[in-house]
Parts: sequence; C-alpha cells; structure tokens
Amino acid sequence: MSGVLAIAELRRGEGEQLGVRPVTYELIAAGRELAHQGAGSLAVAVIGPAADAHIDAVALDGVREVIVVPSPEDRFEAHIWQAAVEALIERRAPGVVLAGHTIDSLGFAPAVAARGRHGFASDVTAVSWGEHGALARRPAYGERLIAELDFPGKRTVVLLLRPGANAPAGGEQARSNGGVPTVTRLELDLAGRSRTERVELREAPIGEVDIAKADFLLSIGRGVGAADQVARMERLADALGATLAVSGPLVEAGWASRARKVGQSGRTVAPRVYLALGISGAAQHLGGMSRSQTIIAVNSDPRARIFDVAHYGAVADLFEVADELERQLG
Amino acid sequence: MKILVAVKQVAVLDEEFALDGADTDPPDALRRRLNELDAHSMEAALILNEGEPGEVVAATVGDQQTEDALRSCLAMGADRAVRVWGEELAGADPLAVAAALAALARVEQPELILCGAQSSDAADAATGVALAGLLDLPRVAVVTAIERDGDRLVVQRELDGGALEVLRVGTPAVLTVQAGVDVPRHATLRAIKQARSKPVSVVAPSELALDAAALEAAAGSRTVRLLEPAEGTGATLLQGAPERIAAQIAEIVREAVRA
Repeated sequence: MSGVLAIAELRRGEGEQLGVRPVTYELIAAGRELAHQGAGSLAVAVIGPAADAHIDAVALDGVREVIVVPSPEDRFEAHIWQAAVEALIERRAPGVVLAGHTIDSLGFAPAVAARGRHGFASDVTAVSWGEHGALARRPAYGERLIAELDFPGKRTVVLLLRPGANAPAGGEQARSNGGVPTVTRLELDLAGRSRTERVELREAPIGEVDIAKADFLLSIGRGVGAADQVARMERLADALGATLAVSGPLVEAGWASRARKVGQSGRTVAPRVYLALGISGAAQHLGGMSRSQTIIAVNSDPRARIFDVAHYGAVADLFEVADELERQLG
Repeated sequence: MKILVAVKQVAVLDEEFALDGADTDPPDALRRRLNELDAHSMEAALILNEGEPGEVVAATVGDQQTEDALRSCLAMGADRAVRVWGEELAGADPLAVAAALAALARVEQPELILCGAQSSDAADAATGVALAGLLDLPRVAVVTAIERDGDRLVVQRELDGGALEVLRVGTPAVLTVQAGVDVPRHATLRAIKQARSKPVSVVAPSELALDAAALEAAAGSRTVRLLEPAEGTGATLLQGAPERIAAQIAEIVREAVRA
C-alpha cells in the first residue's frame, strides 16, 4: 500500500463552532503535490465527535477519499487521536502521513511515530517525493540552517507541517471536476482510550481587546527590552491607529496581557498590516501571523527570522524608527 | 514522588538575550547551556517535591560536554543526574533520544517524567510525547502549570487560540513543560560548588539493553545535508536613516490599510 493520509485539524468546540483549521488546507495542498510526484493517492482523515459535518469542507479537488472516524469524546483528546491514527496507519499503510505542527498534533503524532517506528519529522517547511520516498526540509540550529531529511527503510513517514509554510489548497470542490472522493466511515473502538479528564476549559481572555479583529497590528517583541516601553509602544499604536499586539516572551515576563499574544499558543491573526518591532520571529510566533497581508519588520539583527516572512524589512533600531513614526504622525 | 527530568544542552544563539538586561553575555556568542524550557521543568519538579518525600533525577542523552547541563540541574536542586551516552547515539534524532530515555525510564521507574516542550536549537517539540508513547504512559503536552491532586495531577495547558485547558491525569505520566508561572531559580554560588560533588552517572545504551541496531530502527529520520537559508527571502529592504525608514513605513501602512 502507499498513498498520502492527511489528518484534518478541527477547531475547538466542534459542536458550536464547526470548521476545519486553515492548516488542513495546507496539508491537502502538500498532499496533492506529493500525489502528483508519485506518492500515491490522497486521503483525508477527519477524526472527531461530529466528524461527518466536515466531509464537504475537505472534499477538495485531488482528494480521493475522506475517511471519517467518529470519536467518543466531545473534545480533542491526544490519546484518542493517537489510537485513531495508529489504526488508520495499520489499515491503510500510507507512505506519508501529514498533520500540522500544532499544539494538537504535537500531543499525539510523535507518540504514533515512535511506537510504530515510522519515519518522523516535525516543523517541516517543505516536503517532496522522489525515487527514494519522502524528502523533508525543516529548520536546524535555531533556524540558522535548513536540514534536508530522508527516511531510509521506513514504510510510513509521519510529517508535521509548519502552519503557513505551504500555500493552502483553494476552495474548489472536487465535485466540479467530477472526481468526487469516496467517503469511508471507520468505526473504531476508541471508548476508553482517553487518558485525561477535562476539568475546565477557559476561553481566551478577549477582555479589553480582540487583536484577531484588528486591521492594523503594531506588534512588539523582546527587542523592546523593558516593561515601561510597552506603554510607550501602546501610545505609538494609538497614534498610528493600530492595535497593540505582543510576542510570547512579553506575556511570560508579565509585561502584557495574554489577550494580546500572537502565536500558535496565542491568537492567530491575519490583519491587513502587521508591523513587527523587535520581534525575532520564533516559529511559535510566525505560525500565528504569517498570513497577514502586509508584514513590515524592524529589527536590529539582520538575520532575524521575521525577515523571512516579512514583505518589507528594515535593519534598524526600533526605538529610533518608533520616535520618527511618532514625530511624523504627531 | 520520584521525578525524572529529561533535559538537553543546547547551543544558544543571539535570540536568547535576557529581557532585563542582566545577562551580560555577548548575544552573538555560541554558548552551550541548559535548554530554557528544561530549566522550567526542573523548577516545576522541585516545586512539586517541596516538603514531600521523593527524588528529582536529571537525565540527558549526550557526550561529556553536555554534562554542564546536568550540573546546572544539580545546582538548582536535583538529587542526582544520569547521562546516557555511547557513540551509537551521536547525531541521534528526537525519536532515537526518546528510545534512550525510555530505556533509562524503565530502569529508574519514575512516577513522573518532565521534559521541556521543545529545545531552543532543534525545536522538534517531539521527544517528550515520543517518550510517553514508547513507555505507553499518559501524557499532556505543552503544560504551563502542574499541581498535585491526591495521587493524580491537575495540569493546565494553553491551546491554539489562547484558551486554557485544565486536565486531570493519573501517574505515572509524562508532561512536556512550556514556560509558565514558575521562573527557574538561580543557583547560588554555593549550590554551584556543591553540584560539582553531586553524582553524575554515565550509562551506556548497552547497559539499558539498547544496541546500535535498535537505536537505528528507532530513529525517525536521517539528515541528508544542511543548507543555508536563502537570505531575506522576498522582503523588500527599507533603507536609509530612521527618518527615511519611518516615512516609508507610514506610506506602506497608508496604502495597505486603505487597499
């Protein structure tokens, strides 16, 4: 057997808030490309309590099969997903399993790979298929270099793709091309596979600000250097007509509220303009903002990774630029 | 509670400078030190065991020079440290490291295993969950707070989108720790000196019933080559004095917001 199996990622609270996460369309696009390169046909697995509801959303052009796996708990539970994906691999023996490099997938995919002795790579930015099977690229040495990986002797390779690194599949439904995917319902005995009990779910504190709704974000990172600079940057944001956002370290240092945090474990944003001051661009952060329409980055380090996703970049002292912005607008 | 804290010595690059300016090390220097999130998991282990019977064992997979990371753990308060090493582990990927740690855990039999959620250099974010899979233990990834609840644990994790999930999990378990509320303690000079005399045992994979073939089978990938990333891919460089840069930014913003 061969083929590509993409694991759809669903939004939280499926009952109320139906939908698949955008990374799913990136998995489908990457899977389609692998299929073209000879990896075999593309199937998408939707695992979840209301999995049937997402069939149409993933039945895009190039998807040959949608496998629906109902799960017994009304939430994402890593051990249930692990059991489901293990069963899928056992039954289908796909050459490549694609999932997102996300908080959810990181909770089960490394366990699946280790137990099955499959090939594995996380935070993958590019994947291709050649005569020796899958080839993946991922950052190495703190993103200073790119490692190219292969997976000799592995029948199945589990790859976690970095959100935002691959262009998403377009919205064209498979129906329009006549290649309607087969829908398979796979009933697995997943009851009793959960090994955690949810005590509570606290929604993100929207509080005083909803950064995901802003058209223009002024986002600041470690480069601001001191707590009192946060208030100053908030004044600059006001002067610019922007909303202030921050990177993770500022929240961890207690300088800014969690509601303003951009990142994979924060809010995912895609404003018209994302002006990043003093943000180095950890993968965690890039995953939360790389879909912004126009990204402008100011950083004193020319090698800062934020410049890789930025449309405009300036290697400069952020305070000098901030002073000038305030003066020119004030 | 017997807690095994799996740590890694990482190469520190310039993005690691301190927030408060107290860290005077040159930011560009390539230093090796204990992975930041592993310091957080060490701290979490010490707090969990405060005033309780138990043992905190720091463990790493690495050659002689990674022993500094273990000394840092001992200086923070770990009771002892174990380093797993043999030439067959050179270049081990996260799954091979997980296999070595799993073999060690089978010998040590801890009630809890803590790992940093990811390392700052490789950022695989995979070793802890892979380890849990190999040991068939329950685990929770990306945890920001841990509390005891009888013989179980109540942990908090941050989800995509910023929501907080609170979970209860039985022990033994594996948790991967994200930077949370507990700031890692700074070791005193005295503790650093004392750490030098605390035991660090070195265990070969063969002593854990792991041979080269088993480690090769456990590995998830092979590095074919390393490439230089394309410099400044796609970004249009804004040049000139700060005044000129600010003017260009203001213009780009005006156009993009109105578009």
